Amino acid sequence: MSAIYRREMYSYFTSGIAYVVLTVFTLFSGFFFMMNCLVSDTSSMTSVFVNMFMVVLLLLPILTMRLFSEDKKQKTDQGLLTAPVNLFQIVIGKYLSAVTVFAISLIIFILDAVVISFFTQPSWSMIFSNMLGMFLLGSAMIAICCFISSLTESQVVSAVIGIAVGLLISFLDTLASAVPIDFIASSLKSISFLTPYQNFSVGIISLSSVIFFLSICVIFLFLTIRVYEKRRWS
Amino acid sequence: MVEVKDLVKRYGDKLAVNNVSFTVDSGEVLGFLGPNGAGKSTTMNIITGYLSSTSGKVTVDGCEILDNPIGAKSKIGYLPELPPLYMDMTVKRYLQFVFDLKKVTLPKEEHLTEVCRVTKITDVYDRLIKNLSKGYRQRVGLAQALIGNPPVLILDEPTVGLDPKQIIEMRNLIRGLGKKHTVILSSHVLSEVQAICDRIIVINNGKLVANSATKEISGNVAGYHKLELHIDGATSRVISALKTIDGVVRVKKVMDTVDGFGEYMVESRKDTDIRKPVFHAMAKIDCPIVMMKSAELSLEDAFLKLTKDGIPVKGGKK
Repeated sequence: MSAIYRREMYSYFTSGIAYVVLTVFTLFSGFFFMMNCLVSDTSSMTSVFVNMFMVVLLLLPILTMRLFSEDKKQKTDQGLLTAPVNLFQIVIGKYLSAVTVFAISLIIFILDAVVISFFTQPSWSMIFSNMLGMFLLGSAMIAICCFISSLTESQVVSAVIGIAVGLLISFLDTLASAVPIDFIASSLKSISFLTPYQNFSVGIISLSSVIFFLSICVIFLFLTIRVYEKRRWS
Repeated sequence: MVEVKDLVKRYGDKLAVNNVSFTVDSGEVLGFLGPNGAGKSTTMNIITGYLSSTSGKVTVDGCEILDNPIGAKSKIGYLPELPPLYMDMTVKRYLQFVFDLKKVTLPKEEHLTEVCRVTKITDVYDRLIKNLSKGYRQRVGLAQALIGNPPVLILDEPTVGLDPKQIIEMRNLIRGLGKKHTVILSSHVLSEVQAICDRIIVINNGKLVANSATKEISGNVAGYHKLELHIDGATSRVISALKTIDGVVRVKKVMDTVDGFGEYMVESRKDTDIRKPVFHAMAKIDCPIVMMKSAELSLEDAFLKLTKDGIPVKGGKK
């Protein structure tokens, strides 16, 4: 597992994908920080995190697009699957590498908070609650995108579907309020990513929100493993 | 060392591997021969655990591939048809990655140096794999399979796409490896298998058509000896003289050669050597033999015959 994790990290930082994702993330978070905190003259970073919700959902498919699809295309999965490691280790190793790159991008918020600290005392607990929420959101999104990437041989297809899913998730609440049938509307609301995420944004670390995101991770990583398993048997 | 029993693999309706059974003994170099699409790669993929069989059993050094995949996989070094190389890594990084992936416990630096020396890739050790030529990539692929000194090596068409010089090098390399490892090698190039392997398995349309020692396989199929002769003299005299020789089954004039001699093909029973009688017979009628060549049935002929008839050769183990 650690060998696969290290290889993926190496690949992220030599192919440049990690730099591109980190740069775009930093640009947007910097923009929102300037507009929502510095220009608006407030020390609360909550609106920065709310605005970054969509950026995370649309950016992470780029980070994960080649994670599994490229292996399939270049036939390097043959090397992994015939090595003495199990599927769980392969999938988790790759998944954790993407999560690590994403986690690195979150460091920028600490710098933002340090900037605030020059003017006033930043609310550290709020900021960490927000960062935890964003980390869990990102981890769940990465798991979904891993699954998408494992389904195809093409990075582009994987990225496009990932972004489409990201958009769908971000519109889920709007969609739910537009659906007239109560049953469907409430079902859509219950899988909303925004509701549990907003809990973190206002500083509430609720167990249900944590479990919601973690279960998304588990479900989609499990499905990714099943995709590999199925390929052996087909 | 490797035991394959009643292996069946279906892709939907298509039967890719049909009831294939064979065993490979320790230290043996086994050639896996068959036309394209015969099921060679599929069988190898099943042995290495990349694919699962529809039914049947594969045991590698006592480890069943489905019950104990990690144990079986750690005993196999596999070079697939397309080497599983990461183009964005240097050879060094890649081999280190494979070393860690296989959880090898040997001393790392020494082992990698040794593998590179054996496969002759030391001079490209620090280069990116995507910049390497096909021949070097193939060798890095082989190096990857050798890491951890697995007792069983499975090589899927290891010489495909190489130039003639590289092919010879690769063959010598594999023959050298055969001394320490059990090797299963697939190919559709017959001369290659003939040159490297102790035993040959012929597979066609997913079925095992032959399984015997390399030497036996062409001999068994033939049934008679063939002699190619160039003789100076009148055709009718030569033919009637040849026919009188004891053991000759058939005489045929093939053509007139460019330098004015007649080319004859003489078939004789397997148990008699007619070379000396032919010399004496021709000397008697004053027709000099300018060339005599034993035209052994080549593996090519044997192969075509086997895959056409689908009859198992005598002497096959199973």
